[in-house]
Amino acid sequence: MKKFETFTGVAAPMPSQNIDTDKIIPARFLKTIQRAGLGKSLFNDQRYNDDGSEKEGFILNQPAYRKSEILVVGDNFGCGSSREHAPWALTDYGIRTIIGTDFADIFFNNSFKNGMLLIKLPKEIVDELMDDAQKGANARLTVDLEAQEITRPNGDKVKFDVDPFRKHCLLNGLDDIGLTMEKRSDIDTFEGKDGNARPWAPSIAAE
Amino acid sequence: MASPRTLFDKIWQNHLVATQEDGTCLIYIDLHLVHEVTSPQAFEGLRAAGRKLRRPDKTLAVADHNVPTTNRAGGIANEESRIQVETLEKNVKEFGVPYYPVMDIRQGVVHIIGPEQGLTQPGMTVVCGDSHTATHGAFGGLAFGIGTSEVEHVMATQTLIQRPAKNMRVTVNGKPPAGTSAKDFILAIIGKVGTAGGTGHVIEFAGEAIRNLSMEGRMTVCNMAIEAGARAGMVAPDETTYAYLKGRPHAPKGAAWDAALAYWKTLPSDEGATYDKEVVLDASEIIPFVTWGTSPQDALPITGIVPDPASIADEGRRAAVERSIEYMGLTAGQKLTDIKIDTVFVGSCTNGRIEDIRAAAAVAKGRKVAPGVRALIVPGSGLVKEQAEQEGLDKILLDAGFEWREPGCSMCLAMNDDKLRPGERSASTSNRNFEGRQGPGGRTHLVSPAMAAAAAVTGHLADVREFLT
Ligand code: SF4
Repeated sequence: MKKFETFTGVAAPMPSQNIDTDKIIPARFLKTIQRAGLGKSLFNDQRYNDDGSEKEGFILNQPAYRKSEILVVGDNFGCGSSREHAPWALTDYGIRTIIGTDFADIFFNNSFKNGMLLIKLPKEIVDELMDDAQKGANARLTVDLEAQEITRPNGDKVKFDVDPFRKHCLLNGLDDIGLTMEKRSDIDTFEGKDGNARPWAPSIAAE
Repeated sequence: MASPRTLFDKIWQNHLVATQEDGTCLIYIDLHLVHEVTSPQAFEGLRAAGRKLRRPDKTLAVADHNVPTTNRAGGIANEESRIQVETLEKNVKEFGVPYYPVMDIRQGVVHIIGPEQGLTQPGMTVVCGDSHTATHGAFGGLAFGIGTSEVEHVMATQTLIQRPAKNMRVTVNGKPPAGTSAKDFILAIIGKVGTAGGTGHVIEFAGEAIRNLSMEGRMTVCNMAIEAGARAGMVAPDETTYAYLKGRPHAPKGAAWDAALAYWKTLPSDEGATYDKEVVLDASEIIPFVTWGTSPQDALPITGIVPDPASIADEGRRAAVERSIEYMGLTAGQKLTDIKIDTVFVGSCTNGRIEDIRAAAAVAKGRKVAPGVRALIVPGSGLVKEQAEQEGLDKILLDAGFEWREPGCSMCLAMNDDKLRPGERSASTSNRNFEGRQGPGGRTHLVSPAMAAAAAVTGHLADVREFLT
């Protein structure tokens, strides 16, 4: 995973509530067996007409927002499926941070595991950042994870909370599996104890 | 005395491998179900890092999302779908993962086959790269959906890094009126708490009406806990659970059964356990539900009307309702029973079990599917299909003009050939009515199996209570 570094990027406003994972990446794009390349299908049905041309009204098709790296979103963004294709499509497009009041649990988890920073803030502050994001080419925010701080276009600073473990992993580009592998002896011990306590637990033979 | 614990607390503590200073936990996973859509990148990750599966014997793979529901022997025509299934077959061989092949009678929707085989048991942790893993919580286990990075993590370590969830209890008291099923309970619950009502929580479903449900019904309820935003849904194990499990291929036998049973009986929440959030419903007030919009929370009793956005004060909600009505091609104030449908889908991990097919057949019996309506019955597994055929349900449904298909996810998310065309409208027993879920431009109304059959024979959303004799 790439390390998460401080950056300044264009923030696109997506105020709708309940933007679900089927909207982020419709099911028919889940047939890939790779992680990369989904960015072109991000928000596919909102973004393109049936003939493949772009819908002018869609926010990411507007010149000022084509290179957005931040989304400011409505409540419950990412609800629906567990598909990691949703964060893969977002990161492949170039999104690095999403700001909203709350996010669906699985999506929230999946996003961090792909190096994206999701920031939860109270409604009044999200509303202000949403106003900033409406400013077209001037909709630039700076995200500093180390300091847990967003800098608004007017220079004001907004503090945010982040889980310390997730922060540590993002800043250092750490992979969870590697970290857990270091706890192998704990897992061995657990399996020994638990195997004695629940000897009936199902075990499936490969055929 | 130790403080009273909930079912969730007990399972959590019984699976704790390690706890970090910041409260993050390493949790042991008892059963990992794998399917073709969310696993290829995980296997690829293992391969790239030179890792193996720690416990292939606690893993089971099946292809369900992409499989055709007709002419199975002919293989999969769509190239991408075929590659995804072939990739799974190659991966399970390479990594030694137990697998039910497409032509195996045990094949089916991943959340149907775990319980059916007796693999899903009380007190277990069950995960799958699929949000409807919550289904397995019906047995009194902790079951939740994970992303592909986590799939890889479980494959390599048989554990997951998690933080404890909060406890929420949804109690459904009383007895439901005739015509109301488990699906109506969960639609009513989601309608009440909203799609984010359970965020960060595990929901324990309790109360007389839940206790009186069969395992099939409990699975329907837990299946859609995720649609209420919850991480998982669960029902405490009881005699119904044990009776369902006994004798299944992977259920414990003999002395092991007795030992397991003694353990399972320690799991239900202690008297006096507290919940971070409580919701109570009265089953006697729940009549058959349908969804009108594009979020599962857009659920109303069938006697209702399409809401009027103008009457909604909250700006965000009003915009969402306007958008839903437009997408669904409806008008505010329209009676729900006036909504014409052209497609009916009975199946999915929500409602693809034997009881669901019985409920649809009971309404279809002696009736005909309305002209112009395409009605699909897709059993949840090969074994469900076989049992339905033994009971003669296939005949009843075929005589009524339904199509009798092979098992798989099918039109639940339209990754195979079964999909809505733009503008088509379905009454569907699945779990999501999102825009385009059943095919681009398709419109979905979520209903129970009996309500789906009633819609099939009338050609519009209908109140199944008029069909009860
Ligand atoms: S039936 Fe639908 S919800 Fe269930 S696993 Fe298949 S696609 Fe997912």
